[in-house]
Amino acid sequence: MKKGSFGLEEIWGGLLRAFELIITLDPEVVGITARSLYISLASVFLSSLIDIPLGAMIESKEFWGKRGIISLIHTLYSLPTVTVGLLVYLILSRNGPLGSLEILYTPAGMVLGQMILITPIMIGLTISALGEVSPQVKDTAKSLGASELQIMITTINEVRSAMLAAVLLGFGRAISEVGVAMMIGGNIRGYTRVLTTAISLETSIGNLELSMALGIILLSISLLVNLVMNRLQRR
Amino acid sequence: MAFLELEALGKAYGGVDVLQGISINLSRGEILGIIGPTGSGKTTLLRLVNLLEAPSCGNIRLEGLTLNDLTEKEKLLARRRMAMVFQRPVMFKGSVQENVSYGLKIRGKKDQQIVKSALEAVNLSGYESRDASCLSGGEMQRIALARALVLQPEILLLDEPTANLDPKSAAAIDRIIQSLVGQSTLVILATHNMLQCKRLASRVAVLMKGRMVAVGKPEEVFDLRQEHLMSEIAVPW
Ligand SMILES: Nc1ncnc2c1ncn2[C@@H]1O[C@H](COP(=O)(O)OP(=O)(O)O)[C@@H](O)[C@H]1O
Ligand SMILES: [Mg+2]
Repeated sequence: MKKGSFGLEEIWGGLLRAFELIITLDPEVVGITARSLYISLASVFLSSLIDIPLGAMIESKEFWGKRGIISLIHTLYSLPTVTVGLLVYLILSRNGPLGSLEILYTPAGMVLGQMILITPIMIGLTISALGEVSPQVKDTAKSLGASELQIMITTINEVRSAMLAAVLLGFGRAISEVGVAMMIGGNIRGYTRVLTTAISLETSIGNLELSMALGIILLSISLLVNLVMNRLQRR
Repeated sequence: MAFLELEALGKAYGGVDVLQGISINLSRGEILGIIGPTGSGKTTLLRLVNLLEAPSCGNIRLEGLTLNDLTEKEKLLARRRMAMVFQRPVMFKGSVQENVSYGLKIRGKKDQQIVKSALEAVNLSGYESRDASCLSGGEMQRIALARALVLQPEILLLDEPTANLDPKSAAAIDRIIQSLVGQSTLVILATHNMLQCKRLASRVAVLMKGRMVAVGKPEEVFDLRQEHLMSEIAVPW
């Protein structure tokens, strides 16, 4: 069979094998899925710790250039993942500013790359969610003796479902991107190979069953994330 | 030395003076009624005292300490000696219990018994687990009062606490304010209701277009036969 040409029959057979791989918890499939989940969860968790307070700070303060920064953040929503990959590659490569960390081609490097990738969305969505909180809420908290930090926590809590939706969106973007995972992770089997990079590799070498199995899993994760997000937004 | 001193206090928004030359000395246990038509600057004055807004000129002194000169951290400590109830109170997301105990939590204090008795005081016993966003306007106003009372503030700032209430709820709130008489709380009550002011205040300050045009005991201020003054205040009601 010529590489890159599949008949309907092969696709159908592949699909059945793919389900079999999932149902029987094939170690390769499980390993890749687990790695994908933990790398992207780590990225979204760590970037939440930085980006939510940062977004809250930008939202609550008045300073020169605030509007400019916000529209820059919005522009960066659609940052091409390969551009981020290139940027982080340059930073992490041997002679780059963070080269001494030696985390290029490691899961830690991928986490850093994905954090940078989703930072604009996380900050931007935090700013717009907190913008919905009325100034009276902040005044009330302040008049009842809340410190700056306590006011921030109270405000975030007022829009907690929107904040959770922002985190989910960040997770969705992190787990479904290829650029950073490929360029920073290097798709090393059993170490940095995740759903997206595995799908692209297995497809290119004609291993349709595995790539379909992984594709189904990735699709299910995305659908689940969207489902939860829609529910949150309807509240 | 007075407990709270306002000295030549002024506030301008965008070059327009909203408050000018407000000077008054207040002691613990007083109920100062601030009366004046809508737009006369009552809310702004309370916000200045609560350090939510910085004055454009003049000073606020609490036991001799000039509050405007303080760092943000010190202002927080001063603010924690007061509590303000806003004209249109907002509830935080969550239960009544969470709302009423908010200030205590923030101060790292226990809340159980105090919340219960504060809810009793505002006639809303048993409301602890209700969703605060589903209360009626009158209930919210009373919860907002309870939320301030649990803090046992030295200065209680009330901004038209009964303006949007039915007579029964209004009377309930009046009774609570009355019960603070004889305690060491300084209450500053902004209102445009002359009867309420007469009934509750130990002293009255009349605000007109941002200036304090009269200060004194209620009977002095209201019975001076300053009919031109009273009629002027009365118009917008
Ligand atoms: N943040 C603000 N910016 C501009 N003008 C304001 C602001 N707050 C209050 N004002 C103005 O100050 C005046 C006094 O308002 P306020 O203190 O709310 O009066 P009152 O509480 O007696 O009705 C009004 O003319 C109002 O429009
Ligand atoms: Mg007002």
